[in-house]
Amino acid sequence: MIWNETKECMGRDEMTALQSARLVKTVDRVYHNVEFYRKKMQAVGLEPGDIKDIEDLNKLPFTTKADLRDNYPFGLFAVPNNQIVRIHASSGTTGKATVVGYTRKDLDIWSECVARAMTMAGVGRDDIIQIAYGYGLFTGGLGAHAGAEKIGATVVPMSTGNTKKLTTMMKDFGATAIACTPSYLMHIAEVLEEENAIGDIKLKAAICGAEPWTDNMRNTIEAKLGIKAYDIYGLSEIMGPGVACDCQYHRGLHVYEDHFVPEVLDTETLEPLGEDEVGELAFTTITKEGIPLIRYRTRDLTSISRGKCDCGRTLCRLSRFKGRSDDMLIIRGVNVFPSQIEAALLEMSGTTPYYMMIVDRVNNLDTLEVQVELDEKTFSDEMGNLDAYAKKIGHVIQQAIGLAAKITLVEPKSIERSMGKAVHVIDKRKLV
Amino acid sequence: MFLKQLSVFLENREGRVKDVLKVLKDNDINIVSLSLADSSDYGLLRLIVDYPKKSKEILSENGFTAVLNDVIVVKIAHKAGKLQEVLEVLCECNVNIEYMYALSTGSDDASIVIKASDIEKAAKAIEESSLEIVSKAEIRSM
Ligand SMILES: [Zn+2]
Repeated sequence: MIWNETKECMGRDEMTALQSARLVKTVDRVYHNVEFYRKKMQAVGLEPGDIKDIEDLNKLPFTTKADLRDNYPFGLFAVPNNQIVRIHASSGTTGKATVVGYTRKDLDIWSECVARAMTMAGVGRDDIIQIAYGYGLFTGGLGAHAGAEKIGATVVPMSTGNTKKLTTMMKDFGATAIACTPSYLMHIAEVLEEENAIGDIKLKAAICGAEPWTDNMRNTIEAKLGIKAYDIYGLSEIMGPGVACDCQYHRGLHVYEDHFVPEVLDTETLEPLGEDEVGELAFTTITKEGIPLIRYRTRDLTSISRGKCDCGRTLCRLSRFKGRSDDMLIIRGVNVFPSQIEAALLEMSGTTPYYMMIVDRVNNLDTLEVQVELDEKTFSDEMGNLDAYAKKIGHVIQQAIGLAAKITLVEPKSIERSMGKAVHVIDKRKLV
Repeated sequence: MFLKQLSVFLENREGRVKDVLKVLKDNDINIVSLSLADSSDYGLLRLIVDYPKKSKEILSENGFTAVLNDVIVVKIAHKAGKLQEVLEVLCECNVNIEYMYALSTGSDDASIVIKASDIEKAAKAIEESSLEIVSKAEIRSM
């Protein structure tokens, strides 16, 4: 099944014409409504009239996460606040959140995109779907929810945190689909195995995203649960989940190009690369009203393929993500930058103790340990004081990144120093 | 009336206590008493040594986190109820004991190292009682 055959199977020329028309409109809108873009375009001598079609995209300046931060909270919005009906936010590198706003039309398009992804995964109006992403400022929960409602499925808004309740309802309701992070689904599969309940579930499809995973992980999940699992991609800056999704042929994630124009850039020169060449992914939103972004650099490394897919869709496909061009980590679906930990420690003690983040995956759930070197200023002859210090660090880190971390105090100089750039992360998760 | 206690932070790694003791031994520091407190993640080694300041400097130079702090060392005769007497004195003046551990000072008596919530008050109360506080000189002669 294809949700929107007109758009998803559109001929290339027609798509290019549609993208061109929408890009021209978008550029005109940001030039006149967003000071940031007007100044950026003026700085390189560009006027809206200079952008005539999609071929002109690479004349336009880039947008980065730092730009969103510098214009916190609403500086990049292209409409007055009375047209914004929803705000979402994700953690930024320095404590300040990245804030995005949606108009009613933006929310419609978002649910349309998620509806396409759900349909791609074979989910429809006869299905009962559990949404097990976090609901709230994070785009995962509400984003997946709206798309599932749009296709007419029976939506169970589980959110995260109570696996026991989730598996019970999965059995009792006869849930046929689930949307959650792949690592959480692995965990759910194990809980079901322990309960000896795999035979009692009616699950047939999972739409997983918000963190990187591998074909191997997909195969394991599919085999354990006897289901089909699909990869959904998105980022809040562009919209949320549903920017791209893979079909049953798993030949890359189809991008909803009529709304988001992808480019892959050389990581050194930032020049656009050709088909199947790996570089940094950038998106230009061409229908977004609330916060349209021009050539937004995602930092995700991937490549684009354009050949027609066996599913019949003509939408281009992103290959499996090859990592990131910055140091962002995704832990339990949450974006974490080492600099956030650094800033939290600095704020707490006035100096930055040497620290190391150790990320691992235990029982298919991500774990974060932060080792902090103790110095003579913070050392005490009383155990209670040391425990309190560790607890306080844990608290400020949780405040900063929204994740609980195990804090281990270690001796000075015991964390290995690297010769070049400081290494603050050991990621033991094996994504093979 | 106070003695300097040396506290050293230790990760729960094999051989770390031994490493501390070796550094001290190589520098001719005599350890009169020690106590080890630990949690699942780290340990805290508390030492009474003959030259605490020098010991701290040496340990810091060798990459250990060490601090000095004041404790009271009270002599207790090898007689039933002696420790009880010490605790009663402290209890009466409303001082809490953060931790304590023993050291042997001779064949007739032992001593107890005490870290109290209010060390000035504790020392004063002990001095005013019939109990005896161990001096720096006594430690060095052990
Ligand atoms: Zn396909």
